Amino acid sequence: MSLNLTETWEHTLDALRTWARINSPWAIHYNSGSCNGCDIEILATLTPRYDLERFGVKLQGSPRHADVLICTGPVTLQSRDRLKRIYEQMPEPKFVVAVGACAISGGAFQVCYNVVGHIDEVIPVNAYIPGCPPRPEAIIDGMVKLLQSLQPQPEVMVS
Amino acid sequence: MLALEKFIVPIGPQHPALKEPGHFEFAVDGETVTSVNVRLGYVHRGIEKATEDRNWAQNLYLLERICGICSHTHALCYSLGVEALAEVTAPPRAQVIRSLVAELERVHSHFLWLGVAAHEGGFDTLFMYSWRDRETIMDVLEGLTGNRVNYSANVLGGVKFDVDEKQRAAIQRGVDYLEERTHHYYKVVTTDSTFIRRTRGVGTLTTAQAEHVGVIGPMARASGIARDVRVDAPYAAYNLFPVNVVVETAGDLEARFVVRLKELLESYRLIREMVDNLPPGDLTVRMPRKVKEGEAISRIEAPRGEAFYFIKSNGGEKPERVKVRTPSLCNFMSIIATAPGHQLADMPMILAGIDPCFSCNDR
Repeated sequence: MSLNLTETWEHTLDALRTWARINSPWAIHYNSGSCNGCDIEILATLTPRYDLERFGVKLQGSPRHADVLICTGPVTLQSRDRLKRIYEQMPEPKFVVAVGACAISGGAFQVCYNVVGHIDEVIPVNAYIPGCPPRPEAIIDGMVKLLQSLQPQPEVMVS
Repeated sequence: MLALEKFIVPIGPQHPALKEPGHFEFAVDGETVTSVNVRLGYVHRGIEKATEDRNWAQNLYLLERICGICSHTHALCYSLGVEALAEVTAPPRAQVIRSLVAELERVHSHFLWLGVAAHEGGFDTLFMYSWRDRETIMDVLEGLTGNRVNYSANVLGGVKFDVDEKQRAAIQRGVDYLEERTHHYYKVVTTDSTFIRRTRGVGTLTTAQAEHVGVIGPMARASGIARDVRVDAPYAAYNLFPVNVVVETAGDLEARFVVRLKELLESYRLIREMVDNLPPGDLTVRMPRKVKEGEAISRIEAPRGEAFYFIKSNGGEKPERVKVRTPSLCNFMSIIATAPGHQLADMPMILAGIDPCFSCNDR
């Protein structure tokens, strides 16, 4: 990364933070009513064949340590408050990725009585990864695109 | 005098161990668990009710999405039930392909479980290796059906795709590789001294307890109960390809590992026999739009145990009632029976040992 030392120290610190965040996002995964299909594909993405960890993404247990919330499935009545709570526990800045058709639109479960709706009816979403379930390649692509969108202006491009 | 109060450790619904939401309350005395409380239902979507608004064919796709791990199980169980109601029988070739996909799915599910269970025990190397090898079977399934997870192999009255020479060769190659790996994993889980200390004698469910709480599937077979729907009431092509039931008597976590790994070897044998002996013929028969009035029950052996469907038709284009009972629900009781007396640190492994599937279980 390149730093402009004529900037104030706050700017420099911000640039450093962004650099660190993009290179090592910690993710947390929550299933708010999914069929498991997306969950196992997310897990498959982290295992040797696809190895999402090479982008610095690490699956993390606690929402308080996480930068990215990976959501799967439609939101059920039971898990709506839980999803909100997890989102609120995450420190700012936080990003949400909705994985799978159900997370985006409710998918196959649109009219089920216990389904409230899709993820962005409950919490704001930054990236959508479609598919039923999305292939691991698609999940990698979605994560990389999310990280790219966090890049600052080209002149302070992270190398 | 101080009142004796229980200290309760709540875990879930979001927790680092399992990928699905379930809430557990462990009452502990120091490090020792004294009682367990399980709260389910976080992924209840109301699929059973939703089936009543869809026609017979549409339900196939909805029911397949009860569970992403055993999607073929649900579609197959539903198809068998509806076909029994409509008095339609799928052609022999379709029956064998159905069983073939069911066995391939069992292989993928057991590999998945092996990885997750090892991960709960802190043995991440085994997790990574087994998931790497699981990709072999995912490739086979994708080549065969076109999707990695929801295969959508069934239609009412048959199957959607055929198995050609090229796919046969791919299946055999995949199975040969996995068989070699399975022997290796068998050696690992039965000889690795660190791992054995986490599994041997942990979470023991005696045969009497297993009968009492009514566990099914690999859980029952690890506790010495030879219970397998593929043998007790053969469906699809299992009467042509008989299954040797794998039974262990120890009932502890190690026995559950051994049973599932030996079942993998049994599945490889079945897969080889099935691809070598595919009967010629059609893949589908005509299925009426409306299904005759009546009730049907169908049972099949999912990777986790017996899946049970009750289907009622009122003679229309839609079912009147579809009731699903999935294997995980039966096995949850065993946690309450086995967990007390163990260390809190053993809980993730005991939980993973039953191969819980919350999305099946809550529907």
